[in-house]
Amino acid sequence: MKTVIEFLKKALLLDLLEGLWITFRHQHPKNIYTEQYPITRPAVAERYRGAPRLNIHPVTNETLCIACDLCKIACPENLIVVGFVRDEKKRKQLTTFTYDLSRCMFCGLCEDACPVDALELTQDFELASYTRGGQIWDRQMLEEGPRPTEYRQ
Amino acid sequence: MTTAFESSELVLNMGPQHPSTHGVLRVILKLDGERVTGTECVIGYLHRGVEKIAENRTYAMFAPYVDRMDYVSAVSNGLGYCLAVEALLGVTAPERAQVARVILTELNRIASHLLWLGTHALDIGAITPLFYTMREREEILKIFENYCGARLTTHAFRIGGLQYQLYAGFEEEIRAFCAMFPPKIDEYDRLLTGNRIWRDRLEGIGLLTVEECKQLGVTGPMLRASGLAWDVRRAMPYSGYQNYEFEIPTGTRGDTLDRYLVRIEEMRQSVRIIEQAVARIPEGPIVARGMKVIKPPVGEAYVPIEAPKGELGYFIVSDGTINPYRVRVRPPSFLNLQALDQMARGALVADVVAIIGSIDCVMGEVDR
Repeated sequence: MKTVIEFLKKALLLDLLEGLWITFRHQHPKNIYTEQYPITRPAVAERYRGAPRLNIHPVTNETLCIACDLCKIACPENLIVVGFVRDEKKRKQLTTFTYDLSRCMFCGLCEDACPVDALELTQDFELASYTRGGQIWDRQMLEEGPRPTEYRQ
Repeated sequence: MTTAFESSELVLNMGPQHPSTHGVLRVILKLDGERVTGTECVIGYLHRGVEKIAENRTYAMFAPYVDRMDYVSAVSNGLGYCLAVEALLGVTAPERAQVARVILTELNRIASHLLWLGTHALDIGAITPLFYTMREREEILKIFENYCGARLTTHAFRIGGLQYQLYAGFEEEIRAFCAMFPPKIDEYDRLLTGNRIWRDRLEGIGLLTVEECKQLGVTGPMLRASGLAWDVRRAMPYSGYQNYEFEIPTGTRGDTLDRYLVRIEEMRQSVRIIEQAVARIPEGPIVARGMKVIKPPVGEAYVPIEAPKGELGYFIVSDGTINPYRVRVRPPSFLNLQALDQMARGALVADVVAIIGSIDCVMGEVDR
């Protein structure tokens, strides 16, 4: 009897029909998961590690960075260069800040190391540029965000 | 050399850009007609010198690099490395960190097995499961992104515990996933296990006995499919795995179908572990004391963990400075790949694709 049932199951293609039934049910519109990327922006997580930003004070517009060099020391790829001068009180003043995004692996060790929350990895994830030089972000770019590309005819 | 058909042996090159060799594996096949008489793996196309990089980095700096070895189970890699350094330091992570580690590692095991299932089915010729498994994997990656800010190369754990607090809504998201996922496993099961094409392609292909597994150093689901219930989580518990109830699925024949069934069952057991872990997340600190400067004493440590692909071990030698003297990784994929020749001998060319798929090797981990 068992062999007869087995034979009938095979002859009636029940195993294949079951698979077809599962795939058939999945064509319902609520099962569509395609993201229409440039039209609808994906919502990235709050903790997303994307483009770096050098925070400035919201009122005084002065940089929060104290040029302590801790992010440079923490970086595994050694891609941060902090430039500073000493003012008359022998305090460090930030002059330049270079961040080489082409070598960055977004591990987040620099933002963990920052004692004043000046350096931060933001939710911005569109980092493409036409040149290699465009991947090296200077202080102005880090503070204001990437400048939009200007197109000429 | 003449063969049974009085013809010369044909040497066929498969890979490194073959779509079903999962990355850049190159296999030199020796063929007698359709039959494989011998194989030779050529590896090293993805060699990045990760072990050497470790010698020039501090312990904390090297943690993001281990994510890039087995990039589909980055969380497991990070856990193994952190446990090895913690063994050198003689610290243990706080209870809260350990439970969070278990949850994330088991989620990663499911994500890795889902990717394996989709691509393995794709190799065999079933295209549909890939879309379904990718959809469910996306839910896990969203949890990773919410937790640590990255989806694939997560860098989720730090030496001594965690960097990030569990976010608000973490438990609800995990519970929702645990409720959503088991019916999906049943769906894959119904879609594939009974299917006659699936069974014909997998049954009796790539046989491997327990003895051969032991000789070749094969671990993980491949060893369990051969019939030995060896799981590092049970044999040498770490991160509090002794407190969780789970079964070790084993196969009987040791063929490709058994490896598929073992991995399907492992996903169910992982959900079981996650459900137990999420019910007991304790309060407390997430990182051990004194982890600002990591400077282990002179010594060495080897810590194995059960990664999705098998036993993943880190052997670290410390000379008392802030940089490791030597880091040696025991990657599961590399040792499992050794069994390819044993399994592929006598099989057909089309079966080699199924056998490579059932090894579940990631070339980033093989070449390091």
